Amino acid sequence: MAISEQTLESMRDIVTRYPQSRSALLPMLHLVQSAEGEVTPEGIAACADMLGISKAEVTGVSTFYTMYKRKPVGEHHIGVCVNTLCGLLGGDAVYEALSERLGVGHNEPIADGKFSLERIECQAACTHAPVMTVDWEFMDDVTPSSAVDVVDRLARGERVESTRGPAIRNFQASEHTLAFPDDGLAGEGNSVDDKMLAGLRYAKEHNMAAPQSGQEA
Amino acid sequence: MTLTPVITEHWDSPDLYTLDGYRRFGGYRALEKALKLDPDAIITTVKDSGLRGRGGAGFPTGLKWSFVPQNDGKPHYLVVNADESEPGACKDIPIMMANPHALVEGVIITSFAIRANQAFIYIRGEVPNALRKVASAVAEARRAGLIGKNILGSGFDLEIVVHAGAGAYICGEETALLDSLEGFRGQPRLKPPFPAVAGLYASPTVINNVETICNIPYIIDRGVDWFRQFGTEKSPGFKVWAVSGHVNNPGIFEAPLGITMRELLGYAGGVRGDGKVKFWLPGGSSVPLLTAEHLDLPMTYEEMAAAGTMLGTGTPMIFDETVSVVKAVTRWLEFYKHESCGKCTPCREGTYWITGVLETFEHGHGKESDLELLVSACNQISGRSFCALGDAAATPFPAALKYFRDEFVAATESPVDEKFDPVASYIYAGAATR
Ligand SMILES: Cc1cc2nc3c(=O)[nH]c(=O)nc-3n(C[C@H](O)[C@H](O)[C@H](O)COP(=O)(O)O)c2cc1C
Ligand code: SF4
Ligand code: FES
Repeated sequence: MAISEQTLESMRDIVTRYPQSRSALLPMLHLVQSAEGEVTPEGIAACADMLGISKAEVTGVSTFYTMYKRKPVGEHHIGVCVNTLCGLLGGDAVYEALSERLGVGHNEPIADGKFSLERIECQAACTHAPVMTVDWEFMDDVTPSSAVDVVDRLARGERVESTRGPAIRNFQASEHTLAFPDDGLAGEGNSVDDKMLAGLRYAKEHNMAAPQSGQEA
Repeated sequence: MTLTPVITEHWDSPDLYTLDGYRRFGGYRALEKALKLDPDAIITTVKDSGLRGRGGAGFPTGLKWSFVPQNDGKPHYLVVNADESEPGACKDIPIMMANPHALVEGVIITSFAIRANQAFIYIRGEVPNALRKVASAVAEARRAGLIGKNILGSGFDLEIVVHAGAGAYICGEETALLDSLEGFRGQPRLKPPFPAVAGLYASPTVINNVETICNIPYIIDRGVDWFRQFGTEKSPGFKVWAVSGHVNNPGIFEAPLGITMRELLGYAGGVRGDGKVKFWLPGGSSVPLLTAEHLDLPMTYEEMAAAGTMLGTGTPMIFDETVSVVKAVTRWLEFYKHESCGKCTPCREGTYWITGVLETFEHGHGKESDLELLVSACNQISGRSFCALGDAAATPFPAALKYFRDEFVAATESPVDEKFDPVASYIYAGAATR
């Protein structure tokens, strides 16, 4: 698909953030994915044009990073952490259950394009293992059945809240956030949960606190 | 040792992520104080505090800042490493989601100290919710005149860009991060020159971890003596410990450096089931594993090194006796193989071969003689790779062999899943039988 004037305008906007234009390339590629659903040849050409570098250079960069897709992903892109901690604590079974429910394997979209599935690495959420992501928003502490349930609800078009973040939108909307992170959703949903508060609550219940000044030591 | 919430102290306040919410608890007071100081005095304070980098290596922060040449006529940069992708590390992302203004305030003070007028916060792309929280905090701070031109009338100018990565563990390595931030494939650079002299755009650059930078406002506000009452002489301060794995109450616990794993386990509700730890790692998969005999060691940089491991990211992972160490190590090696950037041969080829051999053990047809082959392969990667990812990849197997040789030998006869039913390790299965 041809890159729209609006997308080009947004790309120019990204470039102005940086002292040197090429630094804009990663967010520009996220923007391409938000517009196109994947990194298309047209998107690569637009980045190359704007930055004055070759298409081969842009391709070289885009193929290095796992988040850039050169095949279409689903409207919702599902990740399941199968790194050691999550995988062994049940992520392997979650992945299997989703793979069976969707009938696809790693980095494949389903026929109607609604979902794609990916085995992902540690998501910096190990306290919440096993961890799944939908369009890169957290779905913490899943089980095989709760993970399948999330997919079923999304398939029915129901509203699904991320466990630590806003309601699920879709893959392309999340990619837009990566290009323009101040997306107005910082106040949506709950980003601090019981596990993040475990120590603070324990401390309060047991009258533990950090001394506020040197004298109190 | 008691818990001492500092960075996490107000996380239960629902609007802490907003400027008003942060200011209610004294937020940006340290900035006002800092802007009236001489930048060199701030560097000296941070040096005197003894703060060490929380990204894994524990390098003294003030010392790193002092390497930046002054009056060199070049622009200086601060780059915050928010790529948190180390398996087991899960503290920086929660910090950014709960208390993003502490990071922003730390960035402004640090930039002022090292005379940088441009800072970048490089956040891994897979976590949009951390990106939006930090970006929203930056935008709010800008509207309040805390970022931009002539901050609070001090004459100091600063711009902060929140930048998304795109999925590559190696971009957490500081020089690979710089290449990535310049719009290239994220591959490590030869050191020296070190980033403090020639970093981003070949200009002097300080790269610090999120948690490191979040310590700065508290040190400036409350002073060196206050900071040094936590922790030990060589490991002063407090730490945002993230405890994961087979514990009854996993989560974030902030306590001084020097707390023991046994104490942290107590706060985290103990190990599930019979309460026995099989093996644990103090901070990420790149540090050698330990066993139950190490639970009473003080968790400091120096004590962990003396025990043959490292404090790393200070985010302990706990595994109980249901877990096959062979399977755990194989999975970590699959990660390093996947994430090797391919620039140098020992790491690119070594991770490939080691993983392949380990998989034969996992499937029950390993050969005992291959254990020595694996040791030798690890020795050939360690110290011979271009960056620390290679060394990290050579870490899990030798440590596992040291404590659990029998398990590898057993894996020459039957697949590990036969002896260790995978279902028994599931956290939700455990919950049902507890
Ligand atoms: C493969 C690899 C990955 C790393 N990932 C991170 C990371 O995600 N975050 C981080 O702060 N440091 C990471 N580091 C360490 C950085 O290179 C660097 O030491 C650190 O950001 C310095 O900050 P500090 O002094 O505040 O700890 C990584 C190192 C290696 C070798
Ligand atoms: S050690 Fe591995 S990650 Fe580091 S430069 Fe070599 S190939 Fe790349
Ligand atoms: S291992 Fe899954 S989030 Fe860390």
